[in-house]
Amino acid sequence: MPTEVEPAARTRLAGALLAVALLSGAALLPAISAAEAQEKEAAVRFGADWHTWHANNDVKDLPSLQRGARNFVSYCLGCHSLKYERWSRLGEDLKIPTALLQLDLLPPGEKMTAYILTAMPAGDAENWFGKTPPDLSLMARARGRDYLYQYLKTFYVDPTRQTGANNLRLPATAMPHVLAEVEGLKRAVFRDASTAVAGGGVMHEQVFDHFEPLSPGRLSAADYDVFVRDTVNFLDYVSEPTQAARRALGVWVVLFLLVFTWLAWLVKREYWKDVR
Amino acid sequence: MAVKTASGAPAPLPAAHASGGAVKGLWAWLNKRLPLQEFIDSQLIGYYAPKNFNIWYFFGSLALVVLALQLVSGIFLTMFYKVGELTSFDSVEYIMREVDYGWLIRYLHSTGASAFFIVVYLHMFRALLYGSYRAPRELLWLIGMLLYLTLMAEAFMGYVLPWGNMSFWGAQVIVNLFGTIPGIGPELVIWIRGDYGIADATLNRFFALHVAAIPLALLLLVLLHLVALRQTGSNNPDGIEIKAKLGRDGKPLDGVPFHPYYTVKDTVAVGVFFVLFAIVVFFVPTLGGLFLESPNFEPANPLSTPEHIAPVWYFTPYYAILRAVPDQRLGALLMLLAVVLFLFLPWLDRSPVKSIRYKGWMSRVALTLFAISFLALGYLGLQPAEGLYVVLARIFALVYFLFFLLMPFYTWLDPVKPVPERVTYHAH
Repeated sequence: MPTEVEPAARTRLAGALLAVALLSGAALLPAISAAEAQEKEAAVRFGADWHTWHANNDVKDLPSLQRGARNFVSYCLGCHSLKYERWSRLGEDLKIPTALLQLDLLPPGEKMTAYILTAMPAGDAENWFGKTPPDLSLMARARGRDYLYQYLKTFYVDPTRQTGANNLRLPATAMPHVLAEVEGLKRAVFRDASTAVAGGGVMHEQVFDHFEPLSPGRLSAADYDVFVRDTVNFLDYVSEPTQAARRALGVWVVLFLLVFTWLAWLVKREYWKDVR
Repeated sequence: MAVKTASGAPAPLPAAHASGGAVKGLWAWLNKRLPLQEFIDSQLIGYYAPKNFNIWYFFGSLALVVLALQLVSGIFLTMFYKVGELTSFDSVEYIMREVDYGWLIRYLHSTGASAFFIVVYLHMFRALLYGSYRAPRELLWLIGMLLYLTLMAEAFMGYVLPWGNMSFWGAQVIVNLFGTIPGIGPELVIWIRGDYGIADATLNRFFALHVAAIPLALLLLVLLHLVALRQTGSNNPDGIEIKAKLGRDGKPLDGVPFHPYYTVKDTVAVGVFFVLFAIVVFFVPTLGGLFLESPNFEPANPLSTPEHIAPVWYFTPYYAILRAVPDQRLGALLMLLAVVLFLFLPWLDRSPVKSIRYKGWMSRVALTLFAISFLALGYLGLQPAEGLYVVLARIFALVYFLFFLLMPFYTWLDPVKPVPERVTYHAH
């Protein structure tokens, strides 16, 4: 009898396994096609998920910080200062040799110990843009790294604005799209999300849907992403230049305290074993 | 003469066990002129604390440690901080960037402020758990509450000093609360600010109060708190008086000398505390905007209001109560009441027992609901005051007040359990 039961059990087991495999395969198929569809959709509807974008930068990545410093000096320093950071500090922290820093980054005639200040007079800036461009020393802490990343990636052409550009992260921003030459131009496509409201009226609302490229820039989309990430990384560093040192020291302090606490606990146990 | 302690443990070594004759001589010289040894013998070794303290009893000594930390880090900050509406913000950034280990001192101080409140809230909750506010410790409790109020003033004024945008707007909101006082309100607000708005004059006087006046008051109150504690002796998780059961040597049978038993035990707690503290200071000093709020990294700007103004987390339970009431004057009054009600606890609690261990289900439910309400209000105070948040804040505020107002009734009706003669202690 057992010889007869065994194959039957095996068959049942095989059947069950097959069913599980089929079921999971069936469950997986839509998932795969959904992922594919999403990928396709993302390619078509670029920017639809902009508010979920993360900077994902790493302040320990020196080459990225160095590129970020270069980007800042080339594209931001014209209007923005880093009034709490000195050129010399930048060189030391980012391991940029003094000669190179003086040649490529330092404005002519500027001292190494000077703070990183824009040459644009504040009065003129206010005349030209309606407000003085803010100092960026602490922007990454005040607004967040993701904010900066999203801000630099969601500029779009808007002929109704004085500067010809608008922004999703900071609508009606006073800043022109200075990186247009690097990123290229894109336009924002809005969709009608008007809804009927109680009382018979219609609430008209235009909701951002996706970006459409108009003309390419000097960099590809992927390279521009790196460009922005490096710049945000640099601003993150500037917002707290000591942060890498802080974390490095922290490891040792916590280790010391753990050992101290363990020793203190041994002493305590020794004393308290007599208490009944 | 060898002294045996009540617990049977050998008496600790005399403090003057200096090996060198010179040190011994110096110690003798000092003691002839200042009763150091006498103080140690009578106040630390001669002070008997209940042997059944549990984890809740660490927070008193921890509060003392945090106070010391705040005083020392604060003194160092004062060496570089430059008070003034044109200099405050810049000088804090100078400390963060250019002063050697300035960032560490600043983070110790800013994290210390939050740690102070965590420790003090747990210390207060301990008193609620075990009835530490009950007779004969009413005055100890009142001094403690006065300490808490003083600490709130100290923290509030300290928060204004970096002169960030949240400093400015927070000060604006809090100081304006005084304007709701009928009659003198508007004049009083101008008197507090020293100007028609939050301005340089306000910043300067808050600095004076934060670094000199209030710390002195804190130290005096801490001293009084300790003297009052020494007078009545500590309560314990069983809520029974250890002084009622004395041994033949006149020492409490259930007590152990504070030194060395609790000095070594508290040292372990200090170690654990500093591990957690260091993790925050070195790895997450802003704690996601909870310990240092993001808008405070922008300089004070009277023309730009932060998206929503929220005080630092330790004030948010009261802030939620303030905003839960549509009328600002009534809101401010309820907010004040929420703090002041603590003062009346010794007389609101009618239970024949002190400790929650021997109280009945009513007190347990009430205290649990109160703790939940306090935490929930703290969370709601950080959220914008709209929609469901306001409704919830009203419900939790009601529970908060009912905990106090119904206390005479539920503690009186509550079926209590028999209290043991001696403390519950399991040797390790």
